[in-house]
Amino acid sequence: MAVKVDEGKCIGCAGCVAVCPTEALRLEGANPTCDASKCINCQSCMRFCPVGALTPEEK
Amino acid sequence: MKSMVKPEYDVVIVGSGPAGSATAKACAERGLSTIALDRNREIGTPKRCGEGLSQNSVRTLGLELPSNCIAQEIDGAIVYAPNGKRIDIAFEGTKGYVLERKVFDKWLAGEAARAGATVIAKSDVRDLIMDTSVHGVKANVIGEDMEIRSKVVVAADGVESLVLRKAGLKSGKSLQCTDSGFQYEMAGIDMDDNRKIMLYFGSKIAPRGYTWIFPKGKDVANVGIGIGPMHNNGRTAKQYLDDWIASMPGVRKGSIIEVNAGAIPVGGFMETMTGNGVLGVGDAVNQVNPIHGGGMAESIKAGRLAAEVIDDAIKKGDVSAHGLSAYDQRWWSEHGERLKKVEKVREFFEKLNDDEMNDLADVLSGQDLTDLSHGIGLTKVIELYMKFKARGLVRKLTG
Repeated sequence: MAVKVDEGKCIGCAGCVAVCPTEALRLEGANPTCDASKCINCQSCMRFCPVGALTPEEK
Repeated sequence: MKSMVKPEYDVVIVGSGPAGSATAKACAERGLSTIALDRNREIGTPKRCGEGLSQNSVRTLGLELPSNCIAQEIDGAIVYAPNGKRIDIAFEGTKGYVLERKVFDKWLAGEAARAGATVIAKSDVRDLIMDTSVHGVKANVIGEDMEIRSKVVVAADGVESLVLRKAGLKSGKSLQCTDSGFQYEMAGIDMDDNRKIMLYFGSKIAPRGYTWIFPKGKDVANVGIGIGPMHNNGRTAKQYLDDWIASMPGVRKGSIIEVNAGAIPVGGFMETMTGNGVLGVGDAVNQVNPIHGGGMAESIKAGRLAAEVIDDAIKKGDVSAHGLSAYDQRWWSEHGERLKKVEKVREFFEKLNDDEMNDLADVLSGQDLTDLSHGIGLTKVIELYMKFKARGLVRKLTG
């Protein structure tokens, strides 16, 4: 599981990092990155994102 | 910049927003060797804030605000119910400010520096030096990797606090207790009264939150929104705000001179904000008013309290979780219990539908709303609400 970040939409506010319950997301530089081994696909980050920059990563 | 950084301090503070700078200033005033590291290359930028601060807070905190920190003096608020009915909260004279955070945050950092702390921007803390206790940070200070040891590390690094999670402290954040915030700073807009902040409520406008206009001058304002992520019907804060602006000709005609976003803690206060050699202040530990989402005043209060407890703990030679636990106890008795009441008010309001909110707007005064934002008077409102529940039933039966 993982989430994909649309860097064109992302403001870098890091709210997704704050609401992620498994610490899968981290802000490195301007945009968040997702550790697929930690992501449980709960979609909290997607529900939170103020600009809709996050989508499920298709395998 | 290695020459400015010592290998060891009493206190390393991660983050130099209001929480971090207040902690740094108060620690330095107590004679503790103190360094504050801020990730951003310009302290106060990018802002994640509507920039409102009440005069009451300024007075209580004893802040001698330089005039260039103030974008606009405010003497009241206009609250709009879902049906458009307005409640005026008017005061005589200035009762608050919309700040220029980029100037304000730099001023606070400067105050910390003048008190004897070292503050360095563009310093990214990437890890902690720790065993069962935290002993310092591993940071990239303007491009140079270094380890800085300290007796205590303070997590003032915002909602996404890396320090708390590295230290193994749970941040207490959840979707339920976090609002999704989005804001434009706009220029060239029309405002009825640029000495009033304007708040717009309604499930179609801003579910479990509100849309705001915070004036920053004659035709400049922060135009923003905070919504509950569990209540947004799959739509983003940006979509709600854009739709609302499209419906407001006086706002729509303006320009966008800055774009802001962020998470706004609206509850989830933590029993334990301390660990061995570490404690948290500000947004990192959700020290925000859960009704209006303002965090600056709470952050500064907590920062000062943290400095007092850290100073005591260092003097007693016990910076363990036990030694720092006075911070948890005192924060809860001095601030937490009051904020918990405000959280109850928020929980009550989020259960109301638009009709019920309109009904309440018919009877609540500006003073009632002001009281509620401080956690006062909920019993009275609940009594009114019970009456309206009956009225809503009549409406259902007759409508």
